Amino acid sequence: MSSLGELRSLAVGRRRGGPRIQERKPDTKAAYLFLAPWILGIATFTIGPMLASLYLSFTDYNLLRSPLKDPPPFIGFQNYIDMFNDPSFWNSFRVTVQYVLVSVPLQLAVALGLALLLDRGMRGLSFYRSIFYLPSLLGGSVAVAILWRQVFGKEGLVNGFLGWFGIDAPGWIGHPDYALWTIIILHVWTFGSPMVIFLAGLRQIPEMFYEAAAVDGAGRVRRFVSITLPLLTPIIFFNLVLQIIFAFQTFTQAYVVSGGTGGPADSTMFYTLFLYRTGFLQYDMGYASAMAWFLLIVIAAFTALNFWLSKFWVFYDD
Amino acid sequence: MTTETALPPLAAKPQPRPRPVRRRRLLTSLGKHAGLTALSLLMIYPLVWLVVSSFKPNDQIFRDLSIFTTDLTIENYINGWNDLQHPFGLFLANSTIISVGAIIGNLLSCSLAAYAFARLKFTGRPILFAIMLMTIMLPFQVVLVPQFTIFKELGWLNTFLPLIVPKFLATDAFFVFLMVQFIRGIPKEIFEAARIDGAGHLRSFVQITLPLMIPALATTAIFTFIWTWSDFFGPLIYLRIPETFPAAVALKGFLDVQSSSDFGSMFAMSVVSLVPLFIVFLVGQRYLIKGFATTGIK
Repeated sequence: MSSLGELRSLAVGRRRGGPRIQERKPDTKAAYLFLAPWILGIATFTIGPMLASLYLSFTDYNLLRSPLKDPPPFIGFQNYIDMFNDPSFWNSFRVTVQYVLVSVPLQLAVALGLALLLDRGMRGLSFYRSIFYLPSLLGGSVAVAILWRQVFGKEGLVNGFLGWFGIDAPGWIGHPDYALWTIIILHVWTFGSPMVIFLAGLRQIPEMFYEAAAVDGAGRVRRFVSITLPLLTPIIFFNLVLQIIFAFQTFTQAYVVSGGTGGPADSTMFYTLFLYRTGFLQYDMGYASAMAWFLLIVIAAFTALNFWLSKFWVFYDD
Repeated sequence: MTTETALPPLAAKPQPRPRPVRRRRLLTSLGKHAGLTALSLLMIYPLVWLVVSSFKPNDQIFRDLSIFTTDLTIENYINGWNDLQHPFGLFLANSTIISVGAIIGNLLSCSLAAYAFARLKFTGRPILFAIMLMTIMLPFQVVLVPQFTIFKELGWLNTFLPLIVPKFLATDAFFVFLMVQFIRGIPKEIFEAARIDGAGHLRSFVQITLPLMIPALATTAIFTFIWTWSDFFGPLIYLRIPETFPAAVALKGFLDVQSSSDFGSMFAMSVVSLVPLFIVFLVGQRYLIKGFATTGIK
């Protein structure tokens, strides 16, 4: 069961695959000893900082000042007001939402399509799976982002290929209309990890469902629509939710492809890149904290929307 | 390639069929393999091009984009190694120290927490477990500024500590969850037997759980390595002195000095920084794919 499935069953109040420890005296003392590092970590590095950044988002916190010796002045909603009146902020928001809404469904569609193609005892499965999986391991690295700059550059691999057909294409990386698309393609290129999850999910569908359907005279399309797809929906949903959350935080690719500028013409100024530049290059940490909290709210809203929509298309057999 | 997205044959065990049907199946299968092979080549081509280009003389890289060439040299590797403020070996060593520290931290702290969540009954368990699951989904930006402030106040900037110490406190909740899943899969009779034999929780953890969860530990170690080795944002904000740069941040240096347009060196060092990831992929593929599958389903 995925992390989302766990959360769902906790919320529904149903135990599925939980610890099967019955009628034994609680081990509270031992448990908290085992959990001590985690509790310390979550307090100092997660919950504490979360609350602190919420507070700092209402202050004029500057990176060059020590917050302990010289507490930053409280300025109410000023950071949020500045933020909502800042066209650069909205640009970075628009760029990121566009990236999320295009790259995530596209990547999952490719991953699902290939998982279906590779499924069911196909010869050479593990070979193809390895080849397709490799990019998803390397895709987050600076080296691959550097490679991407050259592949989609004016003199790059893509234009060299198009040149065979006599097409004189622009430098994709340097063009405001296309730069974002090169990063979207980079994301789609890493479809291997969701594909592996889909493949594992497909393997869990009992063969007898298909046998029964075949006996009932269901054709290929019918079996896909009535068996494979419904049983895969929880996995599609899991991937969708997590990929959206992670895609909102994209940084490395945007930074490297644009050389840290978010250019050309701010077309790759991703939200996190803008946040980094505001907080760590212009030292305006109050503003950066406000941006962080706005991002959290947006991500939470997207996730909540996803959960609500899941009622209409995700099939749970419990 | 898009023509290959036709629905896969989902039929159960193939029955013996009359000839024409079998021939059609053979053709479908051939078409499928042709499509998949073409797609594989397309996926891998940029990487192969990177490797081949790194061995080409600098002025040839963009003049001749093909990967078939006989004009090969290792000059780029020699130049690239010494192109930045420090030899590239130093950056690789930094990456290695950070990665090994992160791996040790994650293995220790996550397995302790996972044992408690998977095996022990205690008050507050559902709430803490829910919090742990939610932190997997928490965007890091929301803790970024205060974390940075903490490390700055501690005087830890330009050291590896901000990148390693949190791992010793199980901040990578994803791995806690992965291990919880794994421990739950171990038959509980094993733990019961140990308990009856008088083993306490510490013994049950060290002598039974840890040896049995080696696959999960391997998955954790491999993923931690890949993510730490590739991490760019953390080192970018915490490490400002070139001497402390890991390979990922050092590579950025080639972008800054690109006026010299020394693409060969940049490609060569990119390849060098990818080699450890590639080796781990080859060695640990089994664990990677299994690890993903077990946490990814439902």
